[in-house]
Amino acid sequence: MALLEVKNIRKSFGKSEVLKGIDFSLDKGKVLSIIGSSGSGKTTLLRCLNFLETPNEGTISVDGNIIFNAEDTHRMSDDEIRKNRLHFGLVFQQFNLFPQYTVLDNITLAPKLRLNEEKLTKDEKKHRIDCITENAWELLKKVGLTEKSGHYPCQLSGGQQQRVAIARALALTPDILCFDEPTSALDPELTGEVLSVIRDLKSSDSTMIIVTHEMDFARHVSDEIIFMANGIIEEQGTPEQVFDSPKSPLTRSFLSKSIESY
Amino acid sequence: MEVFLEVCSRLTDGFINAFFLFILTLVFSLPLGLIMSFCTMSKFAPLRIPVKLIVWVLRGTPLMLQIFAIFYLPGLLRLFVWPQMNTGWEWFDSTFSTRFIAALVAFAINYAAYFSEIFRGGIQSISQGQYEAGQVLGMTKSQIFFKIVLLQVVKRIIPPMSNEIITLIKDTSLANTIAVYELIYEAKEFMTVDGLIWPLFVAGAFYLIFVGLLTILFNHMEKKLDYFRS
Ligand SMILES: Nc1ncnc2c1ncn2[C@@H]1O[C@H](COP(=O)(O)OP(=O)(O)OP(=O)(O)O)[C@@H](O)[C@H]1O
Ligand SMILES: [Mg+2]
Repeated sequence: MALLEVKNIRKSFGKSEVLKGIDFSLDKGKVLSIIGSSGSGKTTLLRCLNFLETPNEGTISVDGNIIFNAEDTHRMSDDEIRKNRLHFGLVFQQFNLFPQYTVLDNITLAPKLRLNEEKLTKDEKKHRIDCITENAWELLKKVGLTEKSGHYPCQLSGGQQQRVAIARALALTPDILCFDEPTSALDPELTGEVLSVIRDLKSSDSTMIIVTHEMDFARHVSDEIIFMANGIIEEQGTPEQVFDSPKSPLTRSFLSKSIESY
Repeated sequence: MEVFLEVCSRLTDGFINAFFLFILTLVFSLPLGLIMSFCTMSKFAPLRIPVKLIVWVLRGTPLMLQIFAIFYLPGLLRLFVWPQMNTGWEWFDSTFSTRFIAALVAFAINYAAYFSEIFRGGIQSISQGQYEAGQVLGMTKSQIFFKIVLLQVVKRIIPPMSNEIITLIKDTSLANTIAVYELIYEAKEFMTVDGLIWPLFVAGAFYLIFVGLLTILFNHMEKKLDYFRS
């Protein structure tokens, strides 16, 4: 069974329908890249998965459990939303690190706050905090920033900030990690370090959805490609299918344009 | 020389009263201002609109008028009378007189209105991305506010807040319009009773020194929060 199943997601802002029925599924350990021109609804789709937007129609299931159903008449409580959205992690284009916390504290803040919701004895709590900190160091090693643990975000380059943001998202062990153009806000010479972290994640079997304009990267890191146009999935397939023999004329013209600008 | 010491000692008494008015105004107006700022940002119109109107009135009319209104109107309209402290401790009862309490209420709500606008500006200047980052990390609304947003807001509002707070210490002199005993009240006594003008300037020096200390304090706070940029 697929880890993630998205069915008929529709989302409108006012009168304009931005997502017009999105269906796809994703297996555990696979990487899905979403490409498409500006305004096609890629960000909106990721935001729906992370409960930052509420779809008007459709369902989202993880591991066979429906975590979102627009039909469901009862409105989800804030607590339910918080629990369900933790199946997903999201790395933003603009990093959105917390400026007043050090790199290490950015990573440990949310996991530590989650401890407040469990009833723990003092010793248990201390033990859990130690685990969280240890895990954070582990993640810092993964993104190659152990020596920056005590720095503040303003003291880091964009590429380093984005790597911290990735570690921060991983600290909550999401089932599926989403990236919204993780390198678009970076200088070209800094994109490499971030992409290589994502590549490493792939080899450790993380399930990921990546919205990107880096066609070369998408081709090499992905198991599956979705090309979106005007709020629908125009074409879907393996990287070879989509990049080498696109069926849709829209895909073809998008790809030729993005190769030109490359 | 003896006269000068006498003047200083009595002005100090007046200053202490002004200081109480200052501190107590802050104690009440800061939290009240925060609550009012949440109301003015609320999506719930029955909460937002009345509070916006109140802020408009409080900022749109002279503070002196508000002090008069708050002191005299409840009695004139036969609503209630301002309570007289009666602890038996004479210093306490005379310092926190009926007039003092009415003035304190006027200051607290007037300054809360100004603070609420500063808080609102500060809170709204924090980027949506900070809230969303907290949300996708599973934080609650209050965790996001207290653990992420608040310190960034504090950093941004220190300059406008220090302005407002410096204005407040000087505004305490308006309390003498309803004969609350404070620094300028005392200095004017020297003028009317003893025919001395210069104690007024000494009183000015009291304000000046106090504002100097506040300025140092605010600079220190700004430096303290200099370690991050947002
Ligand atoms: N909160 C919103 N309110 C109104 N319209 C919105 C909102 N968010 C997105 N839209 C609109 O939805 C459409 C899709 O936006 P979206 O950000 O999902 O596109 P995208 O594929 O991510 O584009 P890009 O490649 O530029 O990031 C756009 O036309 C946008 O103007
Ligand atoms: Mg986008």
